[in-house]
Amino acid sequence: MATTALVDPDTGLTQAQLAARHGLRVAGERPTLVEYSRRLWAYRHFIAAYANAKLVASYSNAKLGQLWQVLTPLTNAAVYYLIFGVVLAQNSVPNYIAYLTTGLFIFNFTQSAMLAGTQSISSNLGLIRALHFPRASLPLSTTVTQFQQLLASMVVLVGIVLVTGEPITLDWLLLVPALLLQAVFNAGVVLLVARMGAKASDLKQVMPFILRTWMYGSGVLYSVSLFERLPGWATTLVQFNPLLVYIELARYALLEQAPLLNESLTQLWLVGAAWAVVAGIGGFIYFWRGEQEYGRG
Amino acid sequence: MVEHMNAFDEATVSLPVLTERIPTVVVDDAHIIYRVHKGATGGTTPVAALRRLVKRTNAPNVREVHAVKGVSFTAYRGEAIGLIGSNGSGKSTLLRAIAGLLPVNRGAIHTQGQPSLLGVNAALLNDLSGERNVTLGCLAMGMHPDEVAKQAAGIIDFSGINERGDFASLPMRTYSSGMAARLRFSIAAAKKHDVLLIDEALATGDKGFRKRSEQRVRELREGAGTVFLVSHQLSSVRDTCERTIWLESGVLRMDGPTDEVIRAYEAYANSK
Repeated sequence: MATTALVDPDTGLTQAQLAARHGLRVAGERPTLVEYSRRLWAYRHFIAAYANAKLVASYSNAKLGQLWQVLTPLTNAAVYYLIFGVVLAQNSVPNYIAYLTTGLFIFNFTQSAMLAGTQSISSNLGLIRALHFPRASLPLSTTVTQFQQLLASMVVLVGIVLVTGEPITLDWLLLVPALLLQAVFNAGVVLLVARMGAKASDLKQVMPFILRTWMYGSGVLYSVSLFERLPGWATTLVQFNPLLVYIELARYALLEQAPLLNESLTQLWLVGAAWAVVAGIGGFIYFWRGEQEYGRG
Repeated sequence: MVEHMNAFDEATVSLPVLTERIPTVVVDDAHIIYRVHKGATGGTTPVAALRRLVKRTNAPNVREVHAVKGVSFTAYRGEAIGLIGSNGSGKSTLLRAIAGLLPVNRGAIHTQGQPSLLGVNAALLNDLSGERNVTLGCLAMGMHPDEVAKQAAGIIDFSGINERGDFASLPMRTYSSGMAARLRFSIAAAKKHDVLLIDEALATGDKGFRKRSEQRVRELREGAGTVFLVSHQLSSVRDTCERTIWLESGVLRMDGPTDEVIRAYEAYANSK
């Protein structure tokens, strides 16, 4: 029958003692948070290369190729303008086209990052089951890909803003820190939904509803002054909505007369920074705690 | 040499065994139970999905499989070990547990370094060219970009995908299944692994490639590694492994020199 000797014949040690004596570690053990961050840093080249590869691959079957990076946001803006600007004739907002496209592109940065992030584990199971690397590389590279997409749509946005007659001011420089804060916030949220989506693949079905609701609560399509009609607590809640905050920061930077819900600019920056820190660190720790579960099932 | 010195340091207590073998994988009474999803059996609407998310319950269509039932063995440095057994005997499951990709429910698996699992379905990005897949795969194994640049040409040569024209610059989805498998093996074999787990991967490719890959497995072993090979082709187990473990329905039936184990296995398979 089986030769399942628990004691090694050469040394007289049990299996566990033998393993301990030679410094073997338990397979699939989770590294400490510091060690994990260190390994992730060592994988920065992989994250960058993977993000680039995804960007190239996503358009590899389209005839117009990379041109879609610019065409997609433009078409999106045109459709919403047709409905809200022409058919429903929004005229309470000065320079509505620029107001709409700013909100739309900033919101879309988080929206597409979250949609891709939900599947960043489940759509890479082949890679995960074959190779060992810090799994956070995958959601992070998703965020980097979306950031590259954002840069293309920002070129479109600046064009639209200039064509609609906004002057170039020093305030425009504020767009850079605002987008960076949003990128950190996105990375955290993507890590969060990546772990949730890895366990419950159903999240993919629910995500569009969550994002649609979030969009209506972020004052993308209509004037944010509508939120002031809500009861006091609801207005406060909307004021702390991270996406509304990032959209307002961008509108403040680019547009001269856009209506803003938050009157204090300092508060806007503080809330934006706080969300980035909380989501960034929280998302990273939450994702790390599930590290040994990815790819199983 | 370093190991000998270490053995000498510990020698204050017990007399040193001069040719002490260094274990790389210690499997201690491992039980593995995994869950499989049987696929959609109703309740796939967004509303039902939301309810399940809120209640944190599993979908009703999950079944548990007790795939490995109390297996123990020790693998040493420089060994090549074949894993044989009929379909569904738990071979691949055991390999995935050694690679740290499946948890053990009871018992423990200890490993030296990080074992790498090399399977046939180790998919990379099908929309990208073979060259880019080589770069990505190497980076994913933790290589430095400089090292990747140095090795890339060698990996493509080894895989032989350029034997019929310039395929390396075409997307991987245009490859035949054999070519893709060859490229994946070549990428994974480019790095020195402490423990390399090969799941049926040598069966792919033509005769010339099989010779090259068996040669590469031997080199990896000589580089002080341990190689596990799961295969249904007993000839390739006989050619590459001197020790073989026979699993049957999750239980270790036999562990010993390849010739003996394969003879017993063949007798068992024929008598069924």
